[in-house]
Amino acid sequence: MKLDLILRVGTKLILPFLLIFAFYVHFHGDYGPGGGFQAGVIIAASFILYAIIFGLDAAKRVAPQAIVERLVPLGVLIYASAGLPAMIFGEGRYLDYGVYGHEFTHAHEWGILLVESGVITTVASTMLAIFYAFADRGTR
Amino acid sequence: MSGLQEHLPILQILVPLFGAILTAFTRRGITAWAIAAIASGIAPFISAGLLIRVLETGQPISYVMGSWAAPWGIEYRVDVLNAYVLLIISLIGLISIPYARKSVATEIDSHKQPWFYTMYLLCLAGLLGIVITGDAFNAFVFLEISSLATYTLIALGRNRRALLSAYQYLIMGTIGATFYIIGVGLLYVVTGTLNFADLATKLGPAMATHNKPILAAMAFMTVGISLKLALFPLHVWLPNAYAYAPSFATAFLAGTATKAAIYLLARIYFSVFAVVVPLKELPVSEVIIALSLAAMFLASITAIFEQNAKRMLAYSSVAQIGYITLGLALANKMGVAGGLVHMFNHAIMKTALFFALGAMAYRTGLGQMSSLAGIGRKMPITTAAFVVAGLGLIGVPGTAGFISKWYLAIGAINHGWTWLVFMIVLSSLLAVIYIGRFVEIAYFREPAPEIANAHEPPASMLAPLVILAAATIYLGFDTRLTGGTAQSIANYLLGGAP
Amino acid sequence: MIEWEMIAYHYNYYITIFLMVSGLYIVIARGNMIKKLIGLGLFQTSVYLLYLAPGKIIGGTAPIYDKAYQVYSNPLPHVLILTAIVVGVATLAVGLALVVRISEEYGSIDEDEIFEQDEDQ
Repeated sequence: MKLDLILRVGTKLILPFLLIFAFYVHFHGDYGPGGGFQAGVIIAASFILYAIIFGLDAAKRVAPQAIVERLVPLGVLIYASAGLPAMIFGEGRYLDYGVYGHEFTHAHEWGILLVESGVITTVASTMLAIFYAFADRGTR
Repeated sequence: MSGLQEHLPILQILVPLFGAILTAFTRRGITAWAIAAIASGIAPFISAGLLIRVLETGQPISYVMGSWAAPWGIEYRVDVLNAYVLLIISLIGLISIPYARKSVATEIDSHKQPWFYTMYLLCLAGLLGIVITGDAFNAFVFLEISSLATYTLIALGRNRRALLSAYQYLIMGTIGATFYIIGVGLLYVVTGTLNFADLATKLGPAMATHNKPILAAMAFMTVGISLKLALFPLHVWLPNAYAYAPSFATAFLAGTATKAAIYLLARIYFSVFAVVVPLKELPVSEVIIALSLAAMFLASITAIFEQNAKRMLAYSSVAQIGYITLGLALANKMGVAGGLVHMFNHAIMKTALFFALGAMAYRTGLGQMSSLAGIGRKMPITTAAFVVAGLGLIGVPGTAGFISKWYLAIGAINHGWTWLVFMIVLSSLLAVIYIGRFVEIAYFREPAPEIANAHEPPASMLAPLVILAAATIYLGFDTRLTGGTAQSIANYLLGGAP
Repeated sequence: MIEWEMIAYHYNYYITIFLMVSGLYIVIARGNMIKKLIGLGLFQTSVYLLYLAPGKIIGGTAPIYDKAYQVYSNPLPHVLILTAIVVGVATLAVGLALVVRISEEYGSIDEDEIFEQDEDQ
């Protein structure tokens, strides 16, 4: 692969800020536009950028395909499980976030944050898994 | 365990959903199968529990997501109709899971097997979700979950045409779902609600001022769902999809996928539109009867000339769906009961037939009718089960199919259309021809050399097949589960009307 | 007489219907599988507009609670359409994945050519 100094250095400079921005978007989802979907895509975009510049093998060393594929169901598991405590410990129904705190607003904020962390995991890993699945094909 | 009882409606979805998530973590087909078996094993008990409770109390069970009250939050609403359909779907899931192990192990690459079971469980969760939810938009989401899983299941077939069929089904299915969602959108704009029960009450007043969007919504939803349930001219995707999908997927989908869509059609007609749109004033019922008749005849005739055994049964499915929609469109008690009974019976019989073909393909790797000549001597039990289920499909007295056609005939007479009875009998004769053709090939021809080594499939595949064939006979005599429940559903849906 | 006012007030629906029908037309008329999927995407996206347009309430602000405002846009259509977008993206992903597999198996993504290949068998 050709050594594009500017691209490589530029990417290394951008990557940490991309990831931090992703988490800003993630945690800001409680108060304004943002949330797990957008943050997940930004995280996936940063990995894809890394893969494009440094090659697919380098990206797979950072985020191995097997782990990425297991993260997809993990996010869904977090989301689906977030609804369970209300059924098990409380009087509520599935996806009732009332159990996460004493006061309605706080409890729901925690509940949504939990759900969003499931969403961010699944969205980021799904995007990356799709990228891996297709980026591999042309080279064979 | 009163707490568990209260959460039954959501557990119906959560059990297969968590199963799907867990199978996605596994790497071995056998582990994934075990998880799928547990999830599919629990689901019918939940459905049965719901059905028993609904029949006892006579009141719908309501379950609101996240404790948000009904018309605003998503509500799962279980009444006799959906409890019955839930039972059909989850029973087929239970009966097919022992069959899956060997069938999937031979037809799917080992590294894809866990994903195959994930898709199967997602499909099961989606189908159960369509049926259990009381929210029009939520039904769309579940419809798409089950459809996306179905496309994947079909695409995993060994023949490369499976990919093409999956693609065509994806295009048709998405158009269908989008039509449905356009209809829901129009209803939402007019009434401001998405809850089926709430829609029924709010559509009445809205009809006075905004009848055009409501009628347009009805048209969009009817066409959209008809695409999904493969009502006659919209059935083009079905034969290829069923023919090239893996054997297990075909058997499971033939028993369940179209049933969930038929349920949705019944739900929007009987619980939502019938309340406000006087169906008698619109030719909706006549149009659906005409299309059902076309399905019964044209699809059966196509089945007669079909060379591929799975495609033959797929065309037969289109014809049988015609009987179900015919019963529902008659919109009287016996007709609706007949349609609902046939939903159950067709699920049992068609799954049995596809199991038998799957077992033959498992031993011989063949699917063309002519290449299976003499299979009846090599695999006597499998072929006998095929014949029993086939007799049920024809509607021979003493089998389940006879009961459904009996109800349909009485429904037609009550509608004042005696000629329909004649049509039902006539179209059954077509089924005699296509089933008879297979019987002739299977029993009365010399075995071809390719199937010389064929013998009965393993017990795990034979047992579900024999149980379903036995059920075909049993349900022909004991109609408490099918006929009795279907009549109480018809009474519930049609209210006091005769 | 043409009711210009009626048309002007409902212009968003005309745009929606135009997009919807053109999407559907592409799905039916094109033989290229990718183009078909593009048409399908257009068709689905137009439905999002159908939902979103009535959610706007004139004079309403973003539906974030604040004492200074009394009128909010209806947030429910946005939530529904967020779900529908995810469904649409998933459908598109599955569709494109199928096309990739089809192109690997058949060496073409044109429906007519593919049907010809299968007839030869």
